[in-house]
Amino acid sequence: MEFFVAQILTGLANASSLFLVACGLSLIFGVTRIVNFAHGSLYMLGAYIGLTLMETLPGHVGFWGSILLAGIAVGLIGVVIEMLVLRPVYRAPELFQLVATFGVILVIQDLALMIWGPEDQLGPRAPGLRGVFRIMGEPIPKYDIVLLIITPIIALALWYMMARTRLGVLVRAATQDREMVGALGVNQAWLFTGVFALGSALAGLGGALQLPKGGADLLMDFTILTPVFVVVVIGGMGSLPGAYLAAIIISVLNVFGVTYIPQSTLVLMFLVMIVVLMIRPYGLFGREEVAGEHGQVGEPEEPIKPASRQTRLIVAAGLVLLALLPLIGSNFALVLSTDILIFCLFAASLHFLLGLGGMVSFGHAAYYGGGAYVAALLVTWTNTPMELAFLLAPFGAGLAAIIIGWVCLRLTGVYFAMLTLAFAQLLWSLVWQWQDVTGGDDGLVNIWPSDWLNNNTAFFYFALLFSVGGILVLRHVAHSPFGYALRAARDSQRQAEATGIDTQRVKLLAFTFAGFMGGLAGALFVFSKGSVFPNELEIVRSFDALIVVFLGGVKTLAGGVVGAAFFKGVEDILTRFEYWRLVMGLLIIFVVVVAPEGIVGSLRRAARRIGLGKEQPS
Amino acid sequence: MLEVNHINSFYGKAHVLRDLSLDVPRGKVVALLGRNGAGKSTTMKSIMQLVRPQSGSVMFQGQQITGLLPHKVAKMGIGYVPEDRRIFTDLTVSENLVVGQQPPREGAVTWTEDMLFDLFPNLAERRNNRGKALSGGEQQMLTIARTLMGNPLFVLLDEPSEGVAPVIVEQMARVIQQLKSEGLTVLLSEQNLHFAQAVADMAVIIESGERAFHGTLAELNAQPEVRDAFLAA
Ligand SMILES: Nc1ncnc2c1ncn2[C@@H]1O[C@H](COP(=O)(O)OP(=O)(O)OP(=O)(O)O)[C@@H](O)[C@H]1O
Ligand SMILES: [Mg+2]
Repeated sequence: MEFFVAQILTGLANASSLFLVACGLSLIFGVTRIVNFAHGSLYMLGAYIGLTLMETLPGHVGFWGSILLAGIAVGLIGVVIEMLVLRPVYRAPELFQLVATFGVILVIQDLALMIWGPEDQLGPRAPGLRGVFRIMGEPIPKYDIVLLIITPIIALALWYMMARTRLGVLVRAATQDREMVGALGVNQAWLFTGVFALGSALAGLGGALQLPKGGADLLMDFTILTPVFVVVVIGGMGSLPGAYLAAIIISVLNVFGVTYIPQSTLVLMFLVMIVVLMIRPYGLFGREEVAGEHGQVGEPEEPIKPASRQTRLIVAAGLVLLALLPLIGSNFALVLSTDILIFCLFAASLHFLLGLGGMVSFGHAAYYGGGAYVAALLVTWTNTPMELAFLLAPFGAGLAAIIIGWVCLRLTGVYFAMLTLAFAQLLWSLVWQWQDVTGGDDGLVNIWPSDWLNNNTAFFYFALLFSVGGILVLRHVAHSPFGYALRAARDSQRQAEATGIDTQRVKLLAFTFAGFMGGLAGALFVFSKGSVFPNELEIVRSFDALIVVFLGGVKTLAGGVVGAAFFKGVEDILTRFEYWRLVMGLLIIFVVVVAPEGIVGSLRRAARRIGLGKEQPS
Repeated sequence: MLEVNHINSFYGKAHVLRDLSLDVPRGKVVALLGRNGAGKSTTMKSIMQLVRPQSGSVMFQGQQITGLLPHKVAKMGIGYVPEDRRIFTDLTVSENLVVGQQPPREGAVTWTEDMLFDLFPNLAERRNNRGKALSGGEQQMLTIARTLMGNPLFVLLDEPSEGVAPVIVEQMARVIQQLKSEGLTVLLSEQNLHFAQAVADMAVIIESGERAFHGTLAELNAQPEVRDAFLAA
């Protein structure tokens, strides 16, 4: 009994930072409709800034003052991000802003590295709160008790602000219909900046408050992101009480998990999330997403059309060049090209899902990494010949996609996206924690292709065949009746159903097919590298694919492929520099701001402006 | 007071308003009439700059408002009552009014919550209810009240009689007459000719985004063939 109480108290104390970060994210999403992936980075900044301040400011006042100042400083950084990065892209297609926030993550990672160095930093103890209190005989750190008290106070203050002040009323109104709020004379830009600042400040506060329990390191941006997403989704996007309750549930669960089933704490979190969403699809306190929110009048979709002769020629010439590469290129060029080809297929599979199906998956790495792991596990544990393992891998990924898709497709919009992320993270944590089978962090090694493929040239042709083949199949399906049905389901579910299309089935099929193709890319990957590690399943990998698809251009079929080639190429050049993330991040932000239609979309527009290509008849 | 000059508005590539002009003199109620899909709401949105006209201009009190952001347009004293009401259903009646609140404006009535509850007594009892708990008629009253909280000089009223009970329509007509007597200028979009005749001084008819008639209501009544050609029975 005593032990239980102690566990629960620890859980509640841990909930503190999680709650602050999650409710910041939730607030920002509610008003701006932006899923701020950089929220973990703001949390990390809060920790580092708090740490630096604590080193200079002495005593009680210094300690608590530092926490407060860290919150304020991060709030101001939020203002800068909002004004410089997000404001120019609010009018861009939905979710495009995501890519901008990826850019911000990269920039902040490198800035933190530059300023604070690569070493993990231990947080100072809170002055006067070093020891423990004994509660029912169990030792509870004093600082935990303070957190236990502070968090509800902050929650209450926030609640008061939201419920009783005009600002809070405006925020809630904007969460529902921001265009209408604008039409009533409220400057949305100002409201957005304000909310972004507040949300950022809360993240910064969360980062600084956890210092005595943890510290600051360069990985904490992503470490916090997953539980925060889980909390926000369980609680319901945009709901403060939801975030509070969910933060407590997750934290308490974690504390018990660590005690009783240390091997599966991560998995546990996702299982809870999935169960909650099965019962309450929009979270505990969430509101149903309304498709086609007011004021989302975008450019009409251009009908996709078979490639013109001109394009076909260019593609064919490109392929011939690629086929000749082993004769002219260096070994290094072959390896890089193989990487690019594989990544193009991966991106094309996500593009199929996202561009054609309108299903934004935040967790596409599940199928890529999944395919890679299926092949690797088969080779490692059953001595399956490479050829067979390679063929089975996409089916394994497709099977995962059927199951995951079946669950996720009960939701739409951002909830769908979050749930796909959760599943991807679930797979990742399984692989990470189930060491006996998957090797955990050490990965699976010695997964080489058969002898006939075991040289760079042969494998390059192999990858060329399957990547280009896979991309052509994706293209072909896009132009098939199934592709039309899929687009019909994307554009108007109701109309599509009226014409006899079973939209759910079509979407599930597309999801499975995309997973299958992602798995194929993963299988190519594992045999090209000879090993696989859990990071092929990580959020970062899913993000890579998303960035590429958005940067390439969601609306054009070539988008995924061009984006992937561009991204890999640039990445290869940049990673030779120490602060490549900074440059990459800035580049991403730049592309997002100047070319909100993506590279291909913008090139097309430019081409049309100077008279190349045919104008669409209106 | 409001002049719309030759505007052309689009949704994507669909050309919805064609070279549309209209004039709303100070202190008058002008009815914007037309069938379903004629472009009435689009006209309202184009004035509010929620839809940006691609050419032409909108002048309010002699000032250009084309190209401004909607909140700037509102700040100039134009109130917008949208057709689908768009009240904030998660907010209470009082909170909905708070969203609409703006500082007092010279030349306009400075509305308070209590004054609006006098104007719409049904809302007074419901002040702490959430928007989603209101009936259709109450929601319609709330949208109008919410817009009045901004102390507008001029109001765009998009089909206030749509989908509400006849008693409420009558109440609505009285309210508009009262507002007009207090000096408010109104552009009212309607399909219900009977309602328009009860409150409007002048009428503009649009058909497929083009102006088909403009003049006083007396003039319109003198030309029943125009009326019957452009307005659904
Ligand atoms: N958001 C939109 N996107 C594309 N087309 C639209 C949009 N809104 C309206 N339209 C089209 O523009 C035309 C004019 O619509 P509008 O809403 O202005 O008509 P209205 O006169 O207000 O009709 P109603 O009496 O039904 O309210 C219609 O053909 C309509 O289909
Ligand atoms: Mg209308």
